[in-house]
Amino acid sequence: MSDIKVSAQEVHKSFGDTHVLKGIDLEVRRGEVSCLLGPSGSGKSTFLRCINHLESIDSGRIEVDGTLIGYREHGERLHELKPAEAAAQRENIGMVFQRFNLFPHMTALENITCAPVFVKRAQRSEARQRAIELLERVGLADKADAYPRELSGGQQQRVAIARALAMTPDLMLFDEPTSALDPELVGEVLDVMKSLAESGMTMIVVTHEMGFAREVADTVTFMDGGVVVEHGTPEEVLVRPQHGRTKAFLSKVL
Amino acid sequence: MSEITRAVPVARPKPIQAVPLRHPWRNLLAFALIFLLLAFIIDAAQREAYDWPAFALYLFDVRVIQAAGVTLALTFLAMIGAVVVGIVLAVMRETDNPVLRAIAWGVIWFFRGTPVYVQLVFWGLLSSIYQTINLGLPFMEPWLVLETADVIPLFWIAVLGLALNEAAYMAEIVRAGLLSIDPGQTEAASALGMGWWLTMRKVVIPQAMRVIIPPTGNEVISMLKTTSLVTAVPFSWDLYTRTRDISAATLNPIPLLLVASVWYLFFTSIMMIGQSRLEKHFSRGQLGHGATPKRRRRQDRADRAPVVLASPETVAAPSGAGAPEGAGMSDVAGMTEGDAR
Repeated sequence: MSDIKVSAQEVHKSFGDTHVLKGIDLEVRRGEVSCLLGPSGSGKSTFLRCINHLESIDSGRIEVDGTLIGYREHGERLHELKPAEAAAQRENIGMVFQRFNLFPHMTALENITCAPVFVKRAQRSEARQRAIELLERVGLADKADAYPRELSGGQQQRVAIARALAMTPDLMLFDEPTSALDPELVGEVLDVMKSLAESGMTMIVVTHEMGFAREVADTVTFMDGGVVVEHGTPEEVLVRPQHGRTKAFLSKVL
Repeated sequence: MSEITRAVPVARPKPIQAVPLRHPWRNLLAFALIFLLLAFIIDAAQREAYDWPAFALYLFDVRVIQAAGVTLALTFLAMIGAVVVGIVLAVMRETDNPVLRAIAWGVIWFFRGTPVYVQLVFWGLLSSIYQTINLGLPFMEPWLVLETADVIPLFWIAVLGLALNEAAYMAEIVRAGLLSIDPGQTEAASALGMGWWLTMRKVVIPQAMRVIIPPTGNEVISMLKTTSLVTAVPFSWDLYTRTRDISAATLNPIPLLLVASVWYLFFTSIMMIGQSRLEKHFSRGQLGHGATPKRRRRQDRADRAPVVLASPETVAAPSGAGAPEGAGMSDVAGMTEGDAR
């Protein structure tokens, strides 16, 4: 097995007349934590959503574990996958959203067991057991029967992380996981993400949390205007940025 | 938070002894209405035109009970048809295919835009417009020729007419329900590897039901009453037409109108109970789940109470130090989260 977990080559994407991604190249190694930074509208969230084909791409290619995402290759031509095939590809890619997107009509436990039971056809009792373990792991063992409305934002996001982990993914995508949280709740979510990173999970994190990027990330990618401006270790990108645009951005957020 | 609590004086001030605001005109109106109502009841009980003995005689008449059953059957069969066709139309209106979208729009436009009575007359004339139903391939001799009037009984013509008219309304109700779901919900389901149908069944529909059920309950009640128009087909075994036919023979229409009204009211009352049960079932996970508005208000007051009137216990309690970590804070955050949505 190659060392490369995710590889994106020359990815382009437009929404109508707006050219959002203008040729993104990125490689993420197995077990790596990769942070995507950049001003809003730089295309980092869109790029993240292309990795599990929540958005289709216009040109280029994205591979996870060497498998083309969202398309099937027939000679020179690409065919878009059927929804069921795309869904199957997503089973091993967990995603955490800015607005949590928990299912409000299910308890925390049901949110976590839902996908294993209905998608993977796991035994209900086993899924339940595993969900309780996951809730313990994110520090919410006592909230198993709470509905999302009864939880704080930070607790909801931790349940959302547990829900994604229930499918035993080997890649986790985080789309600004702390941007919708009150400042005092950010820490509890970042702590869970940190311990996940320490367990060896491959993670791609779109974030504005510079502290997290510096402390946890193996690589940092700075995007602006739909292109990768700078890529390297946190030290290289955050402490000694080479590019004017990176410097300008960092001076505003740090 | 703890500072504020401490700042509140320990001794509670005396409650205000205010005389509540009086509403003399409101009270007068209430008395007047009670008087009028009593007068009406006493008068109606004695008035001969209502013919209460005849009312009692026909209320449980076998023909009337049968007709009530037919009306119920018409209501539910037409509603089932309407829901099925309505869901199909709603999904068609949301697809990317412009032809399917346009056809769904056209069907809704037509059936919502013409009176149901006129539609029922049309369906009744179906067997004279299309006298035979030919089965076979186009431009070839049909394999089988059926007389329309023999194949489709008037009962099913009535069901068909009512269902198709209602489907146009149900389509819009279902569509509103589907559109009420945050796109983030389907995205989260997709990201978990759930397919379209699974997402619909487990995520979208259970949540959409909360929006769909109240107007659908109204539609069922409205359908029950609309069945009285099937005489246009002409189908004459429903509750209203049947009681009218009986009174045409007895020349005593008023007690039979009362009989029909009582039966309609009985059914609508049962439906209203069923609707509120369903609404409770699908409000899982909502704020104040299962609580009536009145109980919820009382609960709110109880929640606020300790903040407004800090009791000695609150002040005495160790602030922060002994409390579970961040518990109070997250509760507050949870509340604002819920309110914002």
